[in-house]
Amino acid sequence: MGARVITVTSGKGGVGKTTTTANISVALSRLDQRVVMLDADIGLRNLDVVTGLENRIVYDIVDVVEGRCNLKQALIKHKQFPSLYLIPAAQTRDKTAISPADMLDIVAKLKPEFDFIIIDSPAGIERGFRNAVAPADEVIIVTNPEVSAVRDADRIIGLLEAENKEPGKLIINRLKPDMVKKGEMLSADDITDILALDIIGIVPEDEFVIPASNSGVPVTLNEDSKAGLAFQNIARRLLGQNVPLMDLEQQPGFFRRLVKLFNG
Amino acid sequence: MTNFFDRMFGKNNKPGTGATAKSRLEFVLVHDRINLPPERMAEMKAEILQVIAKYVSYDHDMVDISLEQRDRSSALVADIPFQKAKDVLPSDADYDADLEAWEQAKTKQTQNTFADDGDTPKEMVEPSFIEDDALNAETDEPPTEDDNDPV
Repeated sequence: MGARVITVTSGKGGVGKTTTTANISVALSRLDQRVVMLDADIGLRNLDVVTGLENRIVYDIVDVVEGRCNLKQALIKHKQFPSLYLIPAAQTRDKTAISPADMLDIVAKLKPEFDFIIIDSPAGIERGFRNAVAPADEVIIVTNPEVSAVRDADRIIGLLEAENKEPGKLIINRLKPDMVKKGEMLSADDITDILALDIIGIVPEDEFVIPASNSGVPVTLNEDSKAGLAFQNIARRLLGQNVPLMDLEQQPGFFRRLVKLFNG
Repeated sequence: MTNFFDRMFGKNNKPGTGATAKSRLEFVLVHDRINLPPERMAEMKAEILQVIAKYVSYDHDMVDISLEQRDRSSALVADIPFQKAKDVLPSDADYDADLEAWEQAKTKQTQNTFADDGDTPKEMVEPSFIEDDALNAETDEPPTEDDNDPV
């Protein structure tokens, strides 16, 4: 058997790849899955700080590739979630320090030990992206409800098609339901229409996300956070559970219920 | 107040920038996906129409050539209504030319009947209207020409 290898990518930077990787990985490990996160963003490592593991790094992925340590030495175990591990990216090197073949090699060694290998891809479509995608069984494409982010997601989808990869699944991150309602933001339907891709989650913009990354505690642990709940739901869907998309209506007050009544 | 009612009944009179975003995205992705920028696309359309105009006349105002999305693939869809032949009215010059040609044909026909010298066709090919038309068109000359030529 071996692990399912899922790469989280987006094309555009800043849409929430690392946040998504961290939260899905934590949520999966809380569902008793053995998970390893692999930071493929060499030179701009961040998965360590988002998961609160930055002080535990001794070796990184480039050390493994260049033989300064073995794979087990580079694996950082998360104390709070004993089935969650991280292989950090190197911070002082660049994307050319490893190749797609190196990634295939590392992933092949990790596969028997885990249920999920979640790879955090760098932004862009160059070497770093190719490294991250090379070993992927599945790809999750993160986008925001913005023209530039959706356009870049489309480019990624095209590149995956060209490489005969599975089409991937979509996460729409930082959606603001109020703005969608006012017609001032692309809706989830608009985006899936345009990209013709299955959606695996909609994560609403949420004020708990930044405090969570400030303290290195992924937001999915916050029971009050809708974004956190959305990531839990995504983890469940990855496990094949049928979890309907969240109703993102924020205040189902009297008038809204009245409108619903009128509209059936 | 109107705003309140709009919200009550879920009406949205003017589309927001979300709709603008969607249509802009659709436009830009059509061209991204086939790697053909809008200007080159316009050139291609013009060239296609030039080729079509070589063979048939079409209705310029009704031409619709556009890229259509089918899931993630694109197709060029052209709707180019041809003009029906009978819709084309001849210009005055065309009309004059036609008339001239018709007259020449008519005189040839009379030549032939003379040359044939057959008995039966003569009466059939020379129905009365030919003479009438000939007289209407040019009052004096045609009969004299008819008489002169065969000789």
